[in-house]
Amino acid sequence: MNAFDHDHHDDDPRLSRRKVLECMTWAGTGVLWTIAGGVPRALGLVGAAQASEPAGLTFLQISDSHIGFDKPANPNAIGTLEEAIGRIKAMPAVPSFLIHTGDISHLSKASEFDDADRIISQARLDVHYVPGEHDFIDEEVKLYRERYGRGTKGSGWYSFDASGVHFIGLVNVVDLKAGGLGNLGAEQLAWLEDDLRGRSTSTPIVVFAHIPLWSVYPTWGWGTEDGARALSLLKDFGSVTVLNGHIHQAMQKVEGNVTFHTARSTAFPQPAPGTAPSPGPMKVTDDKLRSLLGTASIVFKPGAEKLAIIDTPLQS
Amino acid sequence: MTSLFLRGGGFGITLAAAMALQISGARCEEVMVTIDNFTFSPGELTVKVGTTVTWKNQDDIPHTVVSAGKFKSKALDTGDSYSFTFSSAGDYKYFCSLHPHMTGMIKVE
Repeated sequence: MNAFDHDHHDDDPRLSRRKVLECMTWAGTGVLWTIAGGVPRALGLVGAAQASEPAGLTFLQISDSHIGFDKPANPNAIGTLEEAIGRIKAMPAVPSFLIHTGDISHLSKASEFDDADRIISQARLDVHYVPGEHDFIDEEVKLYRERYGRGTKGSGWYSFDASGVHFIGLVNVVDLKAGGLGNLGAEQLAWLEDDLRGRSTSTPIVVFAHIPLWSVYPTWGWGTEDGARALSLLKDFGSVTVLNGHIHQAMQKVEGNVTFHTARSTAFPQPAPGTAPSPGPMKVTDDKLRSLLGTASIVFKPGAEKLAIIDTPLQS
Repeated sequence: MTSLFLRGGGFGITLAAAMALQISGARCEEVMVTIDNFTFSPGELTVKVGTTVTWKNQDDIPHTVVSAGKFKSKALDTGDSYSFTFSSAGDYKYFCSLHPHMTGMIKVE
């Protein structure tokens, strides 16, 4: 296929699952991971790893830009999004595209979407969006769909292929039921089943949605009511990576063939589950704010099975 | 308002205004529900028919107040309020359509 097919390094000693999970807890500090022979392997800190790793497909995730938010937790959400985009522009290896996992805006105002578009477009990358609940606040719920929903199904779900990876953008922020969590709905699940039908189970799958598909902390609504039904449709696939935003902190879990990864916000941090009275914006000292915001870039190596994810705080 | 009435010097007008206030006070109670820390407070409330309930969002994040088929606020940004007058008895369960784990109930007698 290309030169990178020959770029295998299968000679590493296999790590125990326990060791792997211990390492996973570092993911938020800026370590580049890759997979050799099915085992995650740390390549080093972000800058050096990027320089030494001429990866195949590289893409980048940003999330929860909340343009319009102006409260004390971060009165300048525009400024921190600009910083994040500045870092993306400065990356030595240009990612193939960008994924935005929702809450582009804070109140679904046209001016907020305008500001987000103006800043994000400076990255000069294709951007694949899914909506967060803050993008569906306008009365007719049409601003998101008019801007980002062209060519999508239902309330904005779709799939596409890139370098042999199948990407699926899901919407779990509509038709939310009292007392419930995020929701995909029967129509979207039927579409997903249809989208996966006949696809080779060796195809690496990347699913991205705003609210976590897994139960992070249902007490705060951090989970998706029918997320397990979506995951059951993916259980036969060898490599599944699920990316989300919504909870404004890096979190990662490996379960069987599925890796779950939550991105930081570029706007404001939220507390770890159960550590505060509510999931609302977390006020931290000004010098600490940028260490809790950031982006994630993901590397897919053709021939390898899984993805490497680099979390990049705006300031380490 | 008061100084305006006094300037007008019309005793009858101020008396009428006072009576109107008394009447409205007797018929329509007003009750406040605050939204703090992603929680409706009080979470359950019993009121009489005719009562106006006002929800005020004191969080840094927008919330809504929705009772399926009964009432639905716009998204309330920080400091925004929404009021609904309950004209018939019943149990009104409601929630925030943005954060559906937030639920509340107004019992109208």
